[in-house]
Amino acid sequence: MTTFTDPYASSQETTEGRVYSVTGGDWDALVTEIGATKEERVVVNMGPQHPSTHGVLRLILELEGETITETRCGIGYLHTGIEKNTEYRNWTQGVTFVTRMDYLSPIFNETAYCLGVEKLLGITNDITERATVLRVMMMEFNRISSHMVALGTGALELGALSPMIFAFREREKVLDIFELASGLRMNMAYVRPGGVAQDLPHGALSKIKQTVKDLRRNFKDNEKLLVGNSIWIKRTQGVGYLDLAGCTTLGVTGPVLRSTGLAWDLRKAQPYCGYEDYQFDIPTTDTCDVYGRFLIRMQELEQSLRIIEQCVAKLEKLEGQPVMVADKKIAWPSQLSVGADGMGNSLDHIREIMGESMEALIHHFKLVTEGFRVPAGQVYTAIESPRGELGVNLVSDGGTRPYRVHFRDPSFNNLQSTAAMCEGGQISDVVAAVASIDPVMGGVDR
Amino acid sequence: MSEKGMFGVSGSGDTSGFGGLVNSTVVTGSTQRPFGAYFDQVADDLERAYPLFSDAIEKVIVDRGELTLFVKRDRLFEVAKILRNELRFEMCVGVNGVHYPNETGRELHAIYSLLSITRNQRIRLEVCVSDQDPHIPSLVEVWAGTNWHERETYDMFGIIFDNHPGLTRIMMPDDWPGHPQRKDYPLGGIEIEYKGATIPAPSERRSYR
Repeated sequence: MTTFTDPYASSQETTEGRVYSVTGGDWDALVTEIGATKEERVVVNMGPQHPSTHGVLRLILELEGETITETRCGIGYLHTGIEKNTEYRNWTQGVTFVTRMDYLSPIFNETAYCLGVEKLLGITNDITERATVLRVMMMEFNRISSHMVALGTGALELGALSPMIFAFREREKVLDIFELASGLRMNMAYVRPGGVAQDLPHGALSKIKQTVKDLRRNFKDNEKLLVGNSIWIKRTQGVGYLDLAGCTTLGVTGPVLRSTGLAWDLRKAQPYCGYEDYQFDIPTTDTCDVYGRFLIRMQELEQSLRIIEQCVAKLEKLEGQPVMVADKKIAWPSQLSVGADGMGNSLDHIREIMGESMEALIHHFKLVTEGFRVPAGQVYTAIESPRGELGVNLVSDGGTRPYRVHFRDPSFNNLQSTAAMCEGGQISDVVAAVASIDPVMGGVDR
Repeated sequence: MSEKGMFGVSGSGDTSGFGGLVNSTVVTGSTQRPFGAYFDQVADDLERAYPLFSDAIEKVIVDRGELTLFVKRDRLFEVAKILRNELRFEMCVGVNGVHYPNETGRELHAIYSLLSITRNQRIRLEVCVSDQDPHIPSLVEVWAGTNWHERETYDMFGIIFDNHPGLTRIMMPDDWPGHPQRKDYPLGGIEIEYKGATIPAPSERRSYR
């Protein structure tokens, strides 16, 4: 008996027994057909186009009634071959690629990549303090905007609409800061090997101070919406359980690891970018559940604001310091400025290379088209992204292009824990568990 | 030399067409003791816990403040187990493949980054295999988290991890031919057709070669 005419939705014999595919349509006929068999194993395909799977994540759930007996993740729907592409562009152009991997935390991708390139070049200690402080400030702003999406969409997926509206309102404020500093709201390619693309424009620090003030006030609204909310607590407490042993064997880091009570944060444990000079705490909970991870993200917002305030104080003292390494063979030669028609090369720089110094033109041309050479070797750099350890494996063969760029994306790794968190639970808990991992498919699939 | 593609330049990896850059490949010998930092401690601990150390470790490289142990394929599983259980490297944060087509007999490298939370230390294991026999024992039994990383390395490089619970492609479609991150696999490789015009694959355009 043929139930459907749809070639992709019909019953067929497989090694596992008879399989019925359901895509809607004639349910009565299907029920009659299935009624003849004894087994009642239902496989539900959730995603890749599903509003609550956090992007193009495909979950294959095996159910017995409402209880999940097996979970599998299907990924790769957003694979863009960024790692392969970087091998065909020079080291500086790589920044523009990697910023698009985990699109909610672009500054982290850029910083991790640039720290790796600088380590290969051996110029880690030559990066100016102002550039480093700018990186830290942008990273912490990025942590806020990323957590805002995590909290907002996480709540949305569990049916709470208002927190999403509030969270995205705060995120916009952070994106305004990104636009002010780099000209772009997402995928900024702001952090470059050797420093950052450009210094802050005039008056930026006062705008940043005001934004920090606004954010701190508004975060209280978000807290009021969710922290003591009884529906929220019922949906999240005791859900998506993963303890410390599970986290270590699965390589899970970030808020999920910290929700087991272990205060593991690379900013404290293995400081980079001068994080050892900042005062901040690592929030933890010991509940191992979705609610604990939510609380950690809420508290990390405040810690990020603390770090940003310290950055602003440092930047005020470092006014006038360059934001690029002094070595002209590495520093990107262009001098950017904001013109009437948007951002571009500054007129002074154009005047110099086009009208005054032929050597400067050659230098600019060589460095921009060919790039700089990076001594052969391999490095691994890791930083604490909003989702956990973001690691970058770089291999150079001594040329002007990367030999291999590999991103160890925290979302990719942490998504493996979905099965451990979901099996034995209910379908509705899957949504909460996945939201608490906060995977960004751009980073997972790269 | 026959011309192909859009502009017919091939050879150097130079986008400008003027530099004629030739990449230099550096073959580094084994680093001798003292390794510096905490690396001597790690090596000592491993030697004590694993008597076959000198047989299993092909060479040790300390470069740019990072320790890499080159492990023989047959010993990898034992070494990994000791590192996890005795030396407390609780996490394998990832597996990365690199393809060196010029290293005959050792074309494919798998690189494992290990992290110890207890010791707050990192080390790296590297295993080299040949194109003809790309088999490496899977470490999923030691660190469950290497599951997807090994699948990715298989997908991108064609390294086969023996005893992996389900070694299938993870990024590319299941029926995809070839392993995209290998150096002999061209970028793109698929011609783009749009309204009757055919645009060469990126690998055929001058600026990408």
